[in-house]
Amino acid sequence: MLTPPITSRDHVTGNQQGSTEIVEYGDFQCPYCGEAFGVVRDMLQALSNIKFVFRHFPLAESHEYAMDAALAAEAAARQQQFWQMHDALYLHQQELSDALFPELAKQLQLNLEQFKEDMQDNLLVSKVEADFESGIRSGVNGTPTFFINGKRFNGDYRNLLSAVRH
Amino acid sequence: MLQKGNKAPDFTLVASPDKMITLSDLRGKNVILAFYPADWSPVCSDQMALYNETLRFFERHNAVLLGISVDGKWCHKAFAKDRNLHFDLLADFEPKGAVSRQYGVYKDGVSQRALFVIDDQGMIQWSYLSPISENPGADGILQALETMAKTV
Repeated sequence: MLTPPITSRDHVTGNQQGSTEIVEYGDFQCPYCGEAFGVVRDMLQALSNIKFVFRHFPLAESHEYAMDAALAAEAAARQQQFWQMHDALYLHQQELSDALFPELAKQLQLNLEQFKEDMQDNLLVSKVEADFESGIRSGVNGTPTFFINGKRFNGDYRNLLSAVRH
Repeated sequence: MLQKGNKAPDFTLVASPDKMITLSDLRGKNVILAFYPADWSPVCSDQMALYNETLRFFERHNAVLLGISVDGKWCHKAFAKDRNLHFDLLADFEPKGAVSRQYGVYKDGVSQRALFVIDDQGMIQWSYLSPISENPGADGILQALETMAKTV
């Protein structure tokens, strides 16, 4: 079961009042998450009743840029652009590098100085780590892992849409 | 498969080409044994890659993690290097599967995907057999360690 349930600290998109709650634990450098990004985007376009949450699960030992990418998304969130950065990171997954983060911030017209400062903020590191720990508690065993209404979805993420429809 | 309350059978296995590990040398620490079928399963949902990220949570409970499969030491070495693993992988290689058999988790030529949490006195406090294709995650291990901490 999802532990803790969705809180006000979470990043929500889709329908805030949606009757179906989906939480993804993801890693911006994980290729399967990159593939799942398209699946989620299509699902949110197809269905209007989805409340979608993203939590960080960076496999930092396997993926060099996973942690910094998560911090970039959180730093963007301080300027109300979490989802824009989330999308940009997945769309540029093949180009992940230290230089990419400020580049994307520039494209999103963020305050660059503030963004760079926030990326160094230990509070954001703690937030990402809290997401990771909640994933472990919830039984996340790899990325991406989805929860539908609090229950882990054990099927193939390519079938997420049909699983939600039923 | 051995269960809670069984004494953990002692063993000495090769951890790397120049390192042996003996279970009883780890008395005073909690030990997590993670038996698994083979090195080199897919990356992002790989059990050992996951545990590599959760070592710090295990360490909070004075626990060390040991991976065990029937792969040989050179295979383990290459796998650990490739995945940047920060814990030992033991080679249950010769005689093949001997330790896995002692713990009751050897089948069809490989170790099953099985977890044991052993306390600092060498007693098994929790065990779990996962479907072989399913990564059991780390939540069960952490719950077991927390339960042990409460009952001490």
